[in-house]
Amino acid sequence: MLYRISCTEMDALFAALSETKTVYLPADREDGQASFVKWTEGTALSNRLNTVRSAKDFFFPQIQPLARFRREGQKIEITDLREESEDFVIFGARACDVRSFEILDRVFLADPVDTSYQTRREHAAIVTMACARPEETCFCTAFDIDPAKPADGDVRAYIADGYCYLEPLTEKGETLLAGAGECLEESDGAAVEAEAGRIRAILEKLPLASLKPADNREKELDVFNSPKWEEMASHCLGCGACTFVCPTCQCFDINDFDSGHGIERYRCWDSCMYHDFTLMASGTPRLTQKERFRQRFMHKLVYYPIRYDGVFSCVGCGRCLRKCPINMNIVKVMKELTGVRPAGAGEEA
Amino acid sequence: MQRELINRARELLADGTVDRVLGWQAGQFAYDITPAVFTDAGELEAHFVYNEFCADNLSKYLIKESEKEGKVLAFLKPCDTYSFNQLVTEHRIRREHVYVIGVESYGKADVEKLRARGISGITGVETVSGMLKVHTMYGDESVPLNEVMLDRCLTCKSKKHVVYDELIGEDGDVVADSGRFDMVEKLERMTAKERFSFWQGELSRCIRCNACRNVCPACTCENCVFDNPGSGLQNRAARDNFEEKLFHIIRAYHVAGRCTDCGECSRVCPEHIPLHLLNRKFIKDFNELYGPFQAGEVSGQMSPMCAYTETADPEASVVRKGGAE
Amino acid sequence: MMQREELIPMLGQVTDIRQDTPDVKTFRVVGCDGKKLFEHIPGQCAMLSIPGVGEGMFSITSSPTNEAYMEFSIKKCGCLTNYLHSIEVGQQILVRGPYGNGFPVEGFFKGKDLLFIAGGIGLAPLRSVINYCRDKRENYGALHILYGSRSMDDLVDYQEILNEWTRSPDTHVYLTIDREQEGWDGHVGFVPNYVTELNFPTTLVPVICGPPIMIHFTLENLKGLGFREEQVWTTMEMRMKCGIGKCGRCNIGDQYVCKDGPVFSFDKLSALPDEY
Repeated sequence: MLYRISCTEMDALFAALSETKTVYLPADREDGQASFVKWTEGTALSNRLNTVRSAKDFFFPQIQPLARFRREGQKIEITDLREESEDFVIFGARACDVRSFEILDRVFLADPVDTSYQTRREHAAIVTMACARPEETCFCTAFDIDPAKPADGDVRAYIADGYCYLEPLTEKGETLLAGAGECLEESDGAAVEAEAGRIRAILEKLPLASLKPADNREKELDVFNSPKWEEMASHCLGCGACTFVCPTCQCFDINDFDSGHGIERYRCWDSCMYHDFTLMASGTPRLTQKERFRQRFMHKLVYYPIRYDGVFSCVGCGRCLRKCPINMNIVKVMKELTGVRPAGAGEEA
Repeated sequence: MQRELINRARELLADGTVDRVLGWQAGQFAYDITPAVFTDAGELEAHFVYNEFCADNLSKYLIKESEKEGKVLAFLKPCDTYSFNQLVTEHRIRREHVYVIGVESYGKADVEKLRARGISGITGVETVSGMLKVHTMYGDESVPLNEVMLDRCLTCKSKKHVVYDELIGEDGDVVADSGRFDMVEKLERMTAKERFSFWQGELSRCIRCNACRNVCPACTCENCVFDNPGSGLQNRAARDNFEEKLFHIIRAYHVAGRCTDCGECSRVCPEHIPLHLLNRKFIKDFNELYGPFQAGEVSGQMSPMCAYTETADPEASVVRKGGAE
Repeated sequence: MMQREELIPMLGQVTDIRQDTPDVKTFRVVGCDGKKLFEHIPGQCAMLSIPGVGEGMFSITSSPTNEAYMEFSIKKCGCLTNYLHSIEVGQQILVRGPYGNGFPVEGFFKGKDLLFIAGGIGLAPLRSVINYCRDKRENYGALHILYGSRSMDDLVDYQEILNEWTRSPDTHVYLTIDREQEGWDGHVGFVPNYVTELNFPTTLVPVICGPPIMIHFTLENLKGLGFREEQVWTTMEMRMKCGIGKCGRCNIGDQYVCKDGPVFSFDKLSALPDEY
């Protein structure tokens, strides 16, 4: 079944959905970027390709409180700080971000399950928006993601001809749209097929269209010992920008914070790019930025595939291409590791 | 300009003046430039680039590069030369290991500003007499460079190279009316509540990636206090978002008197937080309290914070009371 | 009510503290009901923490055959361990686990003659498996225990070794210290060299634990004696935060030490990137 609603009526759709669930959607910010925000009347869906922070934040937030401890003498009292999630809708995540949830699932839902992640996953309904205007930094097709006809999520959506088209992909998606009430009208698939075709034609022309990750599962040591890491990492600043905007980076830290009303233990994002990530009392096995840099890409391109049937821990969203202060990124690493160096400076600028 | 830079670098490598070259390497598109060290003519010809997106302040890299044996050629833009001088003053760069070529720069473009205008799918950029001709997957666009310059370039304090061994292109002048304190003044005129809410809004976006700190030429501590678990502070997301503010404010304090206002912190912030405003507030206060001072203007010059004199120094708390209310 | 979260610890209490060496104490831990908190396999670890101080992964040094309590031998070397050395009996403590794979005591080790080689605090993880084998004597062949430390004072569990291990059937203990010391008439010299001197037969299954440098040279010398990597075992140490293969920091290549380890045979380790 396919439904549609005029783009000028989107507020009615969001209002209907908001009656039972909190709706989050990407919205434009003053600085020209987009962020996921909670919908309130008048919040418009952004046309930007991607949000600064990825949609992983919904399930794996930067900070996750775990427990509060109170100490009195030798006694410790433990209070569970986790909360069951309420139902919510992520409206307009891109196919790359939605695929990242699968990658995170393999880690967080593996036994023993991460309960905070799980409750959010269970309570979320996801509307995946086709990418009307892919950009030069896009390479999701390298990971068999189809932004012209998103396969992941509960509903797939298109914006075309002044309408937003919605197609449920799961039972959850059907229920969600049923709850949207009368603002949706049924539609045939002609506009959607045309839009998917239009997007596919763009995808073929993307500068990174031919990028394909190498299956290096059998070459773990060769890739690890490649002399190329030294140069690739040589100007890495060791910041965590790539990690934190990445939809598939899942490393975390566990820390205690003295709130003045007890010690709160929380989980927070961490970065393998940080020098103290593996620091022990006896030192660290990753002495320089080369080792840390290498870890990040080995994890995404080799270790994760070894653990999970050849699936790469990258969805080609392009955020690291945009946000690295020195423009070093996974695409350059993938090309370098397959012997292809970025094209030269060319003619006089 | 790029051709001249490559040619001169090749000459200096060939005659043994330097044994490596710190510059910028071309990326996959026009704008994704990476700092890089080149050791031969072949690498230079293949990958060296100098264009309107070569924004990286290479002085930061000279801390490590100048520790190495031999001599490195570094191309420095006017603003980078201030950082260079400051780092030499702080004994962080070994001056004798660096051959500085000053390169002319009339402002660098901000790809994020192109994107903010809705220009996407950028595959190439050319500059023709002050206009950026942007090639995209969706057609070509033409934009005046001065409309999409980095914020720091729009309020450039100086087009003058304060240090160089030789110069390629023209040297400029200190810009008297840069307007770089306009926003600080605006913030000063706010009530404390308005100002708090301004910073609350900006800093609430911080993801603690530390890009601002790690790119900063004034942040050269071997072990930052935020990396020291014993300090009780965190170098990653903290439970209490007050610490996010603390991080930026402590950093601004620590670089006060040493910050040359190169603007790298704001340039690299993935969340576009105008961090340089914190530093500019200090610079403005210094100028007002201790007389005009520009960090890095002269090598060896002491910052007012390090040059206390009992008679001449006004005590800030005596001169004026902090806050607007 | 949400299901139990592995990252939220259980409450335990310390019922005994023994000063083993100048910088090693052994802590006895039970649940608040006085019973053992959980069952484990020798070689597995647990996360211990004190709120506001830190959390750290420690080997469970007691044998699973001990049904009353668990023990942890802890060397004072960082923030948390310094604090633990200052606590007193009765202190409540946060515990979660068990984590890791443990030694193949019911698999590869069964029926074999075992050679335990430990250096310094490296005895801690081996003590669990040694006592397990002693308690299930019929399942294992001869037990050889080679243990060395800097000095006599640094030998962990010295009393237990003298009073119990040396008197066990078909159990052979070889002690060594790095330098001559008054009151010591035993062997003097580094562990790896002692391994060569003793010229163990290659029918033994060696299990090594100690500082990285000791492990490195011991393995080299064992190979010199004709041992093959696939028969030699060790247990690894890396920084850990979650203990369940999720937080992403303790990996050696594609293997998470907290989940897939900490016990590895050397043929498996050699196939992994050399980053530990």
